[in-house]
Amino acid sequence: MERIPILQMGKCLLVTIQVDLEDQTALQLQDDLASKIEKTGARGVLIDISALEIVDSFIGRMLAGISGVARVLDATTVVVGMQPAVAITLVELGLSLEGVRTALNVERGMHMLHAAEKETGFDAAS
Amino acid sequence: MSLATEQDIVMSRQTVRKLTHELKFSLVDQTKMVTAASELSRNTVVYGGGGEMRWQVVANGTKTGLRLAFEDRGPGIPNLDLALTDGWTSGKGLGMGLSGSKRLVNEFEIRSAPGEGTCVTITRWK
Amino acid sequence: MKQDNAAIKEILAADQDAIARDWVAELTGSAATGRTGGTVASLSDARDLLQAFQDGIRAGADAAQFDTAQEWAAARSLLGTLSASRAAQGSSAGETSQFVLSLKKPIFQRVQARVGASPDQLMSAIWLVSTVVDRMAQYTVSIFQKTREEVIGRQQQELLELSTPVIKLWDGVLAVPMIGTLDSSRTQLVMEALLQRIVDTGSELAIIDITGVPTVDTLVAQHLLKTVTAIRLMGADCIISGVRPQIAQTIVHLGIDLAGITTKASLADALALALKKAGYTVSRTKS
Repeated sequence: MERIPILQMGKCLLVTIQVDLEDQTALQLQDDLASKIEKTGARGVLIDISALEIVDSFIGRMLAGISGVARVLDATTVVVGMQPAVAITLVELGLSLEGVRTALNVERGMHMLHAAEKETGFDAAS
Repeated sequence: MSLATEQDIVMSRQTVRKLTHELKFSLVDQTKMVTAASELSRNTVVYGGGGEMRWQVVANGTKTGLRLAFEDRGPGIPNLDLALTDGWTSGKGLGMGLSGSKRLVNEFEIRSAPGEGTCVTITRWK
Repeated sequence: MKQDNAAIKEILAADQDAIARDWVAELTGSAATGRTGGTVASLSDARDLLQAFQDGIRAGADAAQFDTAQEWAAARSLLGTLSASRAAQGSSAGETSQFVLSLKKPIFQRVQARVGASPDQLMSAIWLVSTVVDRMAQYTVSIFQKTREEVIGRQQQELLELSTPVIKLWDGVLAVPMIGTLDSSRTQLVMEALLQRIVDTGSELAIIDITGVPTVDTLVAQHLLKTVTAIRLMGADCIISGVRPQIAQTIVHLGIDLAGITTKASLADALALALKKAGYTVSRTKS
């Protein structure tokens, strides 16, 4: 089973999902992220799904789950790069992904994370 | 194809992707069909104890379509009406699988009874 | 009824060229010259088709399997090309199938001459030819219809695309003027085009202007809501502009919950809001 690599950039964790995820891999990612947030004290998590052509309810739940866990661990999560076809399908599916922040691309996502940082008075770049 | 393991869920997505692509469905329609297949395959593997997915190209006058059937010999669904409402779940899910999939396709048929397994048939027209 | 093809085979083998000529002559003689001015099919078309017909009969193919049997593949292909090209040029289905049906007369004449004395043979030979030619004509018509429908479908698509352009109002601000009734397929198309442009241009704000939409009912509102939800899911936001007082009343009256979507009466107001959100100030340098 493959593990999705988690990159660290300052106080932010970056995850790029580029493969069709098996259920197990998704669950593993959730666990890996939770422990890494705790270990590194990261304040922001950016998940790039621009290569994901399919987001079903399982993956949707995973994203919402990561977002929730991160929040409890005092980190903000942003999901970026959702493809139009995926957005349309998710709306039809009825998945609202409540509580998950989204941005159009990595640049905007990082911008959002830094802004969230400033609000709480910490500097994400340090 | 048989649906027994998690990898099969991924395989079913890839198979349906290939089928809808060859039938020249629009990208959004492809995505909707593959996502529906993912939901139903997962149901078959996780709740139905394994089963199979069958596919068939169908025609109605000048329209072409793809019909998929997901069948298992599992415990069956005791209350179909309830299962088809948003938010109902028997497991850990959000309960979007059935009702959500229904919205992603043009035709949706389900046969299930306790002890008799479940068969869901979905059709999408081009 | 038994399909006796022995007599037919002999006739076709012996008289092929003459049959082809008579066939085409049938057309120019009758009213099948068509609006396009020329004949529906040329002599070489007739010859090719006759050859395919002959091959099929010789191979002993069953006329009832015309649509699927391998032996009739050549005939189907020729008929398909002929019919499709005629359809694209605007001939009627009647003219093309007329061409096919006229094959009967030259062949029947010769059948009569050859086996006219024996009623059984006559009947089975005519039955065979009739069945095959009828199937050929039916096939022609269905190909014709399919082609026409494809043309219409394409034109409809183009019309839809032309009537909903996505406009860039400013850096990061896109607008879509919706004109006419908002039905399911229309909204679908707009949604897809708009979402794709949002991704392509990285625009964070989309303005959907409904000044040109005559009525808003629950269905239309649902479509709009879905579009806005999709836009937000992707990480952008949406303003609905052009909400006329009557529309506003209808929305409240129907109890439609616009779920936190910002609405503005005019596109100008929406643009002002969009620019403000994006951090721009507009100041006047001349007075």
